[in-house]
Amino acid sequence: MQIPEKRFTRRGMLALTGAAAAGLAIDACSSSSSSSGATATASGTVSQSEINKAMKTPTTLTFWTWVPDISKEVAVFERQYPAIKINVVNPGQGTPLYTKLRTALDAGKGTPDLSQIEYQYIPTFSILKGFVDLRPYGAAANAGKFVDWVWRQVTGPNGEIYAYPQDTGPMGMLYREDIFAKHRISVPATWDDFATAAHKLHAADSGTYLTNTADNEVAAWHGLMWQAGSRPYTVHGTTVGLALDDAASKKVANYWGGLVADGVISTDPDFTSNWYQGLDTGKYASWLTGAWGPAFLAGAIKSTAGKWRAAPLPQWNSGQQVAGNWGGSTNAVIKGTQYPIAAAKFAEFLNTNPTTTAMFNTQQSLFPSLKSLLSSASFSSYKSPFFGGQQANKLFAQISATVNVNWQWPPFLDQSITDWTATVGKALGSKSNVAAATTQWESQLASYAKAQGFHVTTS
Amino acid sequence: MSRPANQVLGSRLAAGSPPPASSAPQRGRRRVRARRGRYGYVFALPFLACFALLFVLPLGYALYRSLFKTQLVGGTVFAGLANYTQALTDGQFLAGVSRVALFFVMQVPLMLVLALVAALAIDSGLLRLARLTRLGIFIPYAVPGVVAALMWGYLYGPDFGPAAQLAAKLHVTAPDFLGRTLMLPSIANIVTWEFTGYNMIVLYAALRTVPRELYEAAAVDGAGPWRIAWRIKVPALRPALLLTLMFSVIGSFQLFTEPDLLQSVAPTVIGPSYTPNLYAYSLAFTSQEPDYAAAVSFLLGLVTVIISYAVLYGASRRSRR
Repeated sequence: MQIPEKRFTRRGMLALTGAAAAGLAIDACSSSSSSSGATATASGTVSQSEINKAMKTPTTLTFWTWVPDISKEVAVFERQYPAIKINVVNPGQGTPLYTKLRTALDAGKGTPDLSQIEYQYIPTFSILKGFVDLRPYGAAANAGKFVDWVWRQVTGPNGEIYAYPQDTGPMGMLYREDIFAKHRISVPATWDDFATAAHKLHAADSGTYLTNTADNEVAAWHGLMWQAGSRPYTVHGTTVGLALDDAASKKVANYWGGLVADGVISTDPDFTSNWYQGLDTGKYASWLTGAWGPAFLAGAIKSTAGKWRAAPLPQWNSGQQVAGNWGGSTNAVIKGTQYPIAAAKFAEFLNTNPTTTAMFNTQQSLFPSLKSLLSSASFSSYKSPFFGGQQANKLFAQISATVNVNWQWPPFLDQSITDWTATVGKALGSKSNVAAATTQWESQLASYAKAQGFHVTTS
Repeated sequence: MSRPANQVLGSRLAAGSPPPASSAPQRGRRRVRARRGRYGYVFALPFLACFALLFVLPLGYALYRSLFKTQLVGGTVFAGLANYTQALTDGQFLAGVSRVALFFVMQVPLMLVLALVAALAIDSGLLRLARLTRLGIFIPYAVPGVVAALMWGYLYGPDFGPAAQLAAKLHVTAPDFLGRTLMLPSIANIVTWEFTGYNMIVLYAALRTVPRELYEAAAVDGAGPWRIAWRIKVPALRPALLLTLMFSVIGSFQLFTEPDLLQSVAPTVIGPSYTPNLYAYSLAFTSQEPDYAAAVSFLLGLVTVIISYAVLYGASRRSRR
């Protein structure tokens, strides 16, 4: 399962880059011995005969990924294409992998042929020209197989296809049915209902909060902005429009800022031991999270099995169904590969093949991005014992169809995260004006973007 | 706090190891010395090679990079000293420097006094289970940083930590160890826990080299254990104390690991520029400004050198008096 990137366990910077550089140098030597011959030009499309030839040429592809036990799915591919060997390397989840990838791209050597990349990091690496455009390798033919909003996430501003989607995290609400029942709280359908319930619950039990809005979890916050219809980033090449404090963003900020100021919602940092204990002991009666959340909870806090249920996010307008996304990742072919055909076809196989994609769901609990899998009976009829026999898959498949398609990420996501934590996160944690903090977030990021040479337009 | 690598060298220095006695006869002395010099280089070669490759070279490269400016759009241009002038007026950098300076003033005296007392107590021979005590005080130094972070994350935990639970039982509010006001003392506490044992070992090793006859002579003259400790042992420890003080200056100003690890449990208190080293890291790996990060690192190095020199100068002036 993929927990969205958490910013912890950084090592000493010199040790990290030194080790990475040393490891990469060895990789570079070992993977450059033979060549497959056919390499596509950027615009031309590769012919089927070239593809056939490449897939029969003995080749070793290096694949950086943090997905646990992915060798099971890789083996399915290798059985089909015995000439292609996949060398699976796990440089760490999220930041450690990105740091190494960035170092390797900077050095111009030691890059893998393929890498795991989260959706939100695609523009950050495409601005570094880190990806091979997959269009010449027949990627466009797969567009209809994936959920629309997911495919939009891997598509560049000029139609480039940067990666194959693997898993996703459409957001819903996981809640403690027992706590809701005890305090006679019905599942809130709108954010107004949710606010009322938050006050009611905390008044009834001062040790319990309806949910926790982590003051470090920018990914969840982005997901909530996404649901509200905010368009914080619009990217056209080196022109970046920033609207981190647009009306929808301010609406989200005012809403949560109000609940936090009233003291009815906690703001503990997430994925810490304190937070796990909070989930375990019922300090938080719900968790607003991505579709990977159910499997994650089932693994992390077994003691509360059977007490949880899943529901869609509360809505801003009653009668509507809109969601945002938190998490999920893709497989991209990395610039500099000598085997773009084999790499592209491997990424395609891994993420469109019925066997491997079904395995990703059953083995690694990844939430699918393929329409066919999301609508398949075997997937949606699964009754999760952790959720008291509820068909959580089916619910999240319905939610996935309601994710807003118009959402873009900036080409400097790391800086936006840092600035968010220093402004909005800080305001949440210190119960100060969260809406005003979104404006600070915007101005800090805008000055960074300008200093980095972008043409910046602000709202 | 970064761990000083050359412990062995440290304790040797502290113990004031005597120069090797020459037993060669007068005549062949020059030749022997020359040959010895040659062997010396051979033995020093692995170190020198590593030193040049892993220290001097990267340092030179960082200095070189600090003179440029790289943008995501527009590439790299020569910037002269612009990065340095920017850093000198950078509020985040300066705030970080004054924070670690405050940390140094607050934490180091406490830690060194504790280490000194522990070393004297163990050396006095009056302690039962001296070996066990020595090991016990030293062990935190051997605990991996990640384990320590988990442990302290729990101990300081606002809901389920022991202090929080005790406070809940007594119906009082527990101090917020991870809050804005107490964070620096909390970090100081961890560093003290971690490094008191290390410094104690350095001081204890130095104490072991003090000739026992001095103590006997003092005892004959009627000095008690307190007087021996104060008049003989502490003065004999002066070089070792200076050494631990130097390590502590460097460790304080380069503070990185502990705040970095606590960042996950208190992300809005420990910002990206909490300490200068953390700031340099964040500039290099979050903001993608390696050139500016190099300049900040060099300035931090300069600050460390100046403070170290000031401390040494102050100490040697006092000793002359």
